Amino acid sequence: MAAFFNKRNIVVGFILLAVIFPFITRNDYFLHVMTLAFIWMIAVYGLNLLAGYTGYLSLAHAGFFAIGAYAFGLLTVKAGFGFWPAFLLAPIITTAMGFLIGLIALRTKEHFFAIYTLCVGYIIYLVIDKWEGLTGGVRGLIGIPAPSSIGPLTLSTPIAQYYFVFVILLLVIFVIYRIIHSLTGRTFIAIRNSEELALSLGISTTKNKLISFVLSTFFAGIAGVLYACFIRFIGPDIGNLNITFDLLTYMIVGGIGTMSGPIVGTLLIVWLSQNLQFLQDYRMLIFGPLLTLMVIFSPRGISGLFALWSAKRTRKLKPKTSNVEEQA
Amino acid sequence: MLDLKNVSVKYGNFTAIKDINIRVDKGEIVVLLGANGAGKSTTFRTISGLKTPFKGNVLLEDDLIDNKPPDKIVKQGIVQCAEDRKLFPEMSVQENMMMGAYIHRKKKNKIKQTLKEVYKLFPVLYEKRKNPAGSLSGGQQQMLAIGRALMSKPKLMLLDEPSIGLAPLIVEQMFESIKQINKEGTTILLAEQNAHAALSIADKGYVYENGNIVVEGSSKELFANEEVRKAYIGA
Repeated sequence: MAAFFNKRNIVVGFILLAVIFPFITRNDYFLHVMTLAFIWMIAVYGLNLLAGYTGYLSLAHAGFFAIGAYAFGLLTVKAGFGFWPAFLLAPIITTAMGFLIGLIALRTKEHFFAIYTLCVGYIIYLVIDKWEGLTGGVRGLIGIPAPSSIGPLTLSTPIAQYYFVFVILLLVIFVIYRIIHSLTGRTFIAIRNSEELALSLGISTTKNKLISFVLSTFFAGIAGVLYACFIRFIGPDIGNLNITFDLLTYMIVGGIGTMSGPIVGTLLIVWLSQNLQFLQDYRMLIFGPLLTLMVIFSPRGISGLFALWSAKRTRKLKPKTSNVEEQA
Repeated sequence: MLDLKNVSVKYGNFTAIKDINIRVDKGEIVVLLGANGAGKSTTFRTISGLKTPFKGNVLLEDDLIDNKPPDKIVKQGIVQCAEDRKLFPEMSVQENMMMGAYIHRKKKNKIKQTLKEVYKLFPVLYEKRKNPAGSLSGGQQQMLAIGRALMSKPKLMLLDEPSIGLAPLIVEQMFESIKQINKEGTTILLAEQNAHAALSIADKGYVYENGNIVVEGSSKELFANEEVRKAYIGA
């Protein structure tokens, strides 16, 4: 039983489930919800890289998500770019903005960093909301093109878009996995554990924090672009702090600083939200306590609980091997 | 090799060390003695660049380093092995070691060679190379902290209280290893409360009291010094 729950089987199982999902539901609405959840996951992975692995909690994440979405929207609607050039350019624009903001933001630490980025996020929202000449203000941007076809593949049906977003999500997860398991990733973890210790090993923390920050905005940008071409309408609300805190909730419930956390947390909260829609805003009465319980009893979220559980199981299966530790 | 000239360091209004002069020559083991809070760790933090001196200069081979960031100082050959053996508990022993070789990360062959040397010095780390660092015993963790510092191939290693919280037998082994590391060409600056063990391997020492150096001399002189014996050796 425990062998069945090994990492590889779980990953393959999830991918299979996601692939056959459109054929199970046959319901465009569910497909829509799921596609949107995939887009949030990409954004959460970006946040997790910075907050979870590097230890810097950015509250400007929705801001960068919005920059990606608006960059894409403006390039296609106002500047007349084609779908693919804009698709590639928008995340680059987001990353460039991230670089500039990161240069300043990373001069602060811990809660000051969180507060600073909170302000940055709000300023991004305000700029989008008030700069009517460019962004259309509260009216938003309409007429953003849907993904254009790749050769013979058309991406206009909901199923096609579902797979399109899913493939990009898989790519993002793969890239994040490679980053985390590289020396750069371990450098981020070193910074999270102790910045002083990282420094005294010869790691330039300034440079590596900036890399992490820029990468996280890049993933936020991709998610924003996908959102824009999937929903095809964007308003300033996507840059609002609510979105940042939604992403934060997905990450914390799923498991901050874990590989599977963003998937688990996003799926759980998105589907819970869907099923509790009749409660309207009173849903927060469920999410609030859930979040609090998570933070108190499992700081590493559901993924952390699962890891603990499976570690206990393997210990039970092979007693005496892992418990014996030499005393020096 | 290393020169501290009239170094003073402040934390806010509090002067942690005052007009400190220390000289470490190539190939030596130099020990800093003193009670908790006397200023030994502050001295280390200043040398490794985590703290900028309020006054005075730090020189490494006649090169001013007191205004350089810590990562540059590591590249110049000073590595600090911090107190309370800070490791990365969830990383494996080997991954911890590789983090120590960060400044040489592009020279893969050199790292492999150094890794072999360190494992030879601490065979137990080789046996446990795949275990998470957090699962090691206190003595093994200290060995890993020292091994990780060695991975950067330092000219000068700063060791802050390596014997703290270890069983007497392990302490003895630890000092043997330090002697061995020194023999192989690394200069060592050591902060210790265990004066007897430290002085027996050191060339010379400095005694701290409330942020000042009150006595200095060769280990022989310090062993013979009545006050030092009373205060730190207890005989």
